[in-house]
Amino acid sequence: MALVERTVPSGTTWIDRVPGIWWAIALILLIMPVIVNDFILFQVFGWSLVLGMIALSLMFLAGYGGMVSLIQMSVAAMGGYMVAIFGTSGVAAISMELPWWLYIPIAIIIAAAFGTLVGALAVRTEGIYTIMITLAIASAFFYFARQNYGIFNGYSGFNLVVPPPLFGVDWRQPVPFYYLALGCAALSYFAVVYVSRSPFGLALQGVRDNPRRMAALGFNVTAHRIAAYTFASVIAAVGGILLVWQNAQISPGTAGIPAVIDILVIAVVGGVRRPVGPFIGALIYTVLRTFSSDILTTFGLSGERFKLLIGLGFLAVVFFSPDGVLGLWERWRNRKNRDSDPLTGEPK
Amino acid sequence: MTLLEPRDTADKLGSVSSGNALELRGVTKMFGALAAIQDVTLSVRPGERRAVLGSNGAGKTTLFNCVTGDFLPTSGTIRLFGEDVTNFPAYERIRRGLRRTYQISLLFGGLTVSDNVYLACRGVSRGRFSLIRPRRGDPLLARTEELIEAVHMSAAGDTPVAELSYGQQRQLEIALALAGAPRFILFDEPAAGLSPTERAELISILTGLPSHIGFIIIEHDMDVALRVAESVTMMHNGAIFKEGTPEEIENDPEVQELYLGDGHG
Repeated sequence: MALVERTVPSGTTWIDRVPGIWWAIALILLIMPVIVNDFILFQVFGWSLVLGMIALSLMFLAGYGGMVSLIQMSVAAMGGYMVAIFGTSGVAAISMELPWWLYIPIAIIIAAAFGTLVGALAVRTEGIYTIMITLAIASAFFYFARQNYGIFNGYSGFNLVVPPPLFGVDWRQPVPFYYLALGCAALSYFAVVYVSRSPFGLALQGVRDNPRRMAALGFNVTAHRIAAYTFASVIAAVGGILLVWQNAQISPGTAGIPAVIDILVIAVVGGVRRPVGPFIGALIYTVLRTFSSDILTTFGLSGERFKLLIGLGFLAVVFFSPDGVLGLWERWRNRKNRDSDPLTGEPK
Repeated sequence: MTLLEPRDTADKLGSVSSGNALELRGVTKMFGALAAIQDVTLSVRPGERRAVLGSNGAGKTTLFNCVTGDFLPTSGTIRLFGEDVTNFPAYERIRRGLRRTYQISLLFGGLTVSDNVYLACRGVSRGRFSLIRPRRGDPLLARTEELIEAVHMSAAGDTPVAELSYGQQRQLEIALALAGAPRFILFDEPAAGLSPTERAELISILTGLPSHIGFIIIEHDMDVALRVAESVTMMHNGAIFKEGTPEEIENDPEVQELYLGDGHG
């Protein structure tokens, strides 16, 4: 993967370079509503795409910037809260009921500003300290939201937060919501892929690999790291807004410590080296979360112990592959290629 | 080599600045109670090529680190083309035309050769935060190609740096230092670990640099150091021990005793 691939024969367009399997996946995602029922569409795939976006913002910071941030869920919740506060909700005393074209940008800008501010504090630390400082701010945000009744409406939060009825569509219905989430997720995915090869993204990877050398090449390392937080926060904020719309409510628990950790688990299970990882992790998470109580009761265990399954899954993935499920897949494929004849590519 | 012709900006900047390219006054760097360099006063003219010699622990690399701003000196002032840069962060000094290579290659192992060089070019030009991918025909990409060619690495452009040989990584270090419009370069043992052929290539690259680019080279290999430098500074125990032309230094009895050892006698 070079900036401009010089080895690519001229005359090929980008369409030829996308492997067939990607086209197949895109097609399946597009016709998903005719394959699965509304429950799975909304509760599994819709939710996966939304959580995947929030985890994608962590993947961008961790994978390209080498910064493990636990603030992404709080940034997402901030976006969600702002939509409830500036838009419409069941709490008429607080919600300002601005038009959608105003409250959505406001929500994204405020959430991005919040993420940038946290980033500005966190980038001066490395490794475990970045995790600690972002975790500390995330829990501070949770307790603040829970105790502040003037703006965040305290413990109960906001209910009846629904998407605007744009083009006469009720976007909370399973099929429209699925396409809305798919569109946003695809946009964020391609944005991350594109930016990772832009001068900014390349510089960020340089900062990850070798901050000292980057400074000696004329880069302001701190500024690049903070800018990465801003970019990631925009994605997290959009994810947070979708999350609020899907649940039609937001409360401090949305950004509670378990939710914050879940995002980390999703990103790690999927793999933080490639932008597709968080979506795979999110799908595994939502499937487990949705069906594990059924599975557990089948085995005579209590249905609430779904976290046990997720925890075991997390342990297994981290134990067998530090690069998540994607890493496992890559290793399996490499092994398969090794088994084939090096000259003809045919299996031995 | 069209690449290394004096560039407009370098010319302009060169004419504005008067006096020395690099001027150190009383620079001291303490690590706890240990003075890695002590009261170093040194001036290098624009375009001058200076070799810094000295045994291990003489403070040569610490001197470089203070000049580039990898860390700040404990006391003393550093002027770069007449401007006091003592408290500038490293990236501000680099943007003013200072460059350096590292003794142990500090490269971006996960990125390709051309990405490494592109980053170096981007670091000293506008658009460091650009979210737009460069297109074919982007001047910086063309410049990247030129630089890769200048260090004879065209065949390895798309190779990840982690897969390069040691000698190639050293060559790439030099390419990174030549990005943009360098005015003064610090080479930290560029010949260390190179084969005789690679050394000859290095000497040709160094002597082929346009005359407006001055440099300081730390080099243990006297053959390389004395062939590319017009003046020599000897360092010993963190201080400057002797300065002079290569001949003077080579024939100085004190230097011979210190550097070459009196083991023969």
